[in-house]
Amino acid sequence: MIEQRPLLTAMSHIIMVLGVILVAFPIWITFVAATHDDIRMVQAPLPLLPGEHFFENLDKTLFGVGLSGTESAPVWLMLLNSLAMALMIAFGKIAISLLSAFAIVYFKFPFRMGFFWMIFITLMLPVEVRILPTFEVVASLGMLNSYWGLTVPLIASATATFMFRQVFLTVPDEMLESARIDGAGPMRFFFDILLPLSRTNIAALFVILFIYGWNQYLWPLLVTTETDMTTIVMSIKQMLEAAEQSPQWNIIMMTALLAMLPPIVVVIGMQKLFVQGLTETDK
Amino acid sequence: MATITLTDLVKSYDDTQVLHHVEGAFEDGEFIVIVGPSGCGKSTLLRMVAGLESVTSGEIRIGDRVVNDLEPADRDIAMVFQNYALYPHMSVFDNMAYGLKIRRIPKDEIRKRVEDAADILEIRDYLQRRPRQLSGGQRQRVAMGRAIVRDPQVFLFDEPLSNLDAKLRVQMRLEIRKLQKRLGVTSIYVTHDQVEAMTLGDRLMVLNGGYVEQFGAPTELYERPASIFVAGFIGSPSMNFFEVTVAEGVATLPSGAKMSSSTTYSGKATLGVRPEHMSPAPDGPLKIEVGMLEQLGANTLVHGVLEGRSEEIVASLPGLEHINVRTTLGFDAPSESIHLFDETGVRID
Ligand SMILES: Nc1ncnc2c1ncn2[C@@H]1O[C@H](COP(=O)(O)OP(=O)(O)OP(=O)(O)O)[C@@H](O)[C@H]1O
Ligand SMILES: [Mg+2]
Repeated sequence: MIEQRPLLTAMSHIIMVLGVILVAFPIWITFVAATHDDIRMVQAPLPLLPGEHFFENLDKTLFGVGLSGTESAPVWLMLLNSLAMALMIAFGKIAISLLSAFAIVYFKFPFRMGFFWMIFITLMLPVEVRILPTFEVVASLGMLNSYWGLTVPLIASATATFMFRQVFLTVPDEMLESARIDGAGPMRFFFDILLPLSRTNIAALFVILFIYGWNQYLWPLLVTTETDMTTIVMSIKQMLEAAEQSPQWNIIMMTALLAMLPPIVVVIGMQKLFVQGLTETDK
Repeated sequence: MATITLTDLVKSYDDTQVLHHVEGAFEDGEFIVIVGPSGCGKSTLLRMVAGLESVTSGEIRIGDRVVNDLEPADRDIAMVFQNYALYPHMSVFDNMAYGLKIRRIPKDEIRKRVEDAADILEIRDYLQRRPRQLSGGQRQRVAMGRAIVRDPQVFLFDEPLSNLDAKLRVQMRLEIRKLQKRLGVTSIYVTHDQVEAMTLGDRLMVLNGGYVEQFGAPTELYERPASIFVAGFIGSPSMNFFEVTVAEGVATLPSGAKMSSSTTYSGKATLGVRPEHMSPAPDGPLKIEVGMLEQLGANTLVHGVLEGRSEEIVASLPGLEHINVRTTLGFDAPSESIHLFDETGVRID
């Protein structure tokens, strides 16, 4: 649509700018709060311009012991925990669903559609619904307070399996036949042909799953009891509670800022592939 | 190089049989074309030879090996698909080299084979491109190149030219023919285009509804079609057919006109005569009320109906002819170019 209507253009710009302000303003406040010292942050009016304690706060947050008067892991460790959890969930989900979609699309085995529907039905059973039995299983396997306990129950994924199934169905049959004539066995076909062809879909899914993993709250809260297994999203909640006694907003806001960073990096870094993966249909 | 033998080959999907007792012995280095209308089972037959479809019963031999249960890769064949089936994420070079890499052929050897094939097909300049950066004709060549580098015993083609425009199709047709003669590899080529079939094949297998109607050289199919189906399928424009009664070597048309033939058959039959075998004869037995002319330059097609009746008929005259429509013209045809078929559609001699 190419239209030359100045009023319309102006209006749409105004609306977009308002939208940006609406989203960006809280983030700006977070950033500003992270650059002042704790005294300034409890005086009214709240600052709207950055102060000069950014690096000091960064250092205190990353390597300190958290809020004074509470016992918690340093934020760098929490970031590491979150990163490990998000990556394990993203890679684990992608690997498992690629393989199961491969099996369902390309192999004939008894009850194939039965298995497909069983996987599909798990869409209705996210962790929150099955949290008690899953906790029981994880606890009896001795996986509490470990990365495995954090990630394994979240890995099996119907959505991703379903998505890869659709992707594989768009790959022409001749591609498989041609590979068979070339002498490629099933795993070779998978790695040499299917994987590269689903490259952009994998990237798109990685972005979504990384953020999904990073934002997990309820499940980590349940399976981790030791402070050095805390994830950053959990810790923000804990800090908010602790803020009643010791309102160190500069530290809390710095933590929030740090928690936002990795998802942003992933989204921006994979933007091009992400968009291709969601829009490209041609194989 | 190898011969191919099909013995009593049957293919069924669930309860429906789509190929019925196909027999064929293809010579070493021969170019065999399988031709027939859509859905007659051409692709199925080809894919069974390739090993992409299972054999319900019967036997396929390549050389002296029975290949029924061999994987496609172990049959020493190469196949060119209608949509080319190139790997979109690989360069042209890698597309051609992929099968060789899997066979663990040394790198230098691969490079040499791919470059030789690229030279033959004149695609040397595109070796580093992706398939999507090529035109349809170039992709077609790459698909052929992928078959050539394998140096197989048998080439299989499934309508490889049907995605190309008419002019390119004629050009590629000649190239495939030349290439096959040069390499001397036994080839099976599937098409529904009878012109393609006639120009390419050493021998043609005409399939109809899963049955082999006739298997023979193009000239044989043209001159002595074994059934009404083959007679109508081969040749363009297609043969004219009339219901006749035959007695003592004379066929009587519904109009009462008589045409002589050398047959000893008597009873009801179908008479066929090709448009190009009809010549103007003022008191010939075939009187055409001219309805329309098609002036093609080299010849003129006269469309019309038999005088006073509704049977349609076409005659082909050499050169440019100017004939007024709605006039009535007489035609005759020599008795040796008259074909007779009995009530089951089988040729009568
Ligand atoms: N997987 C299948 N299951 C059931 N029937 C099939 C299957 N594949 C093909 N057929 C049937 O077998 C018959 C022959 O199919 P085939 O693809 O060999 O036709 P074709 O001669 O190649 O036609 P075309 O010129 O349209 O490609 C068709 O009637 C088709 O419906
Ligand atoms: Mg076909």
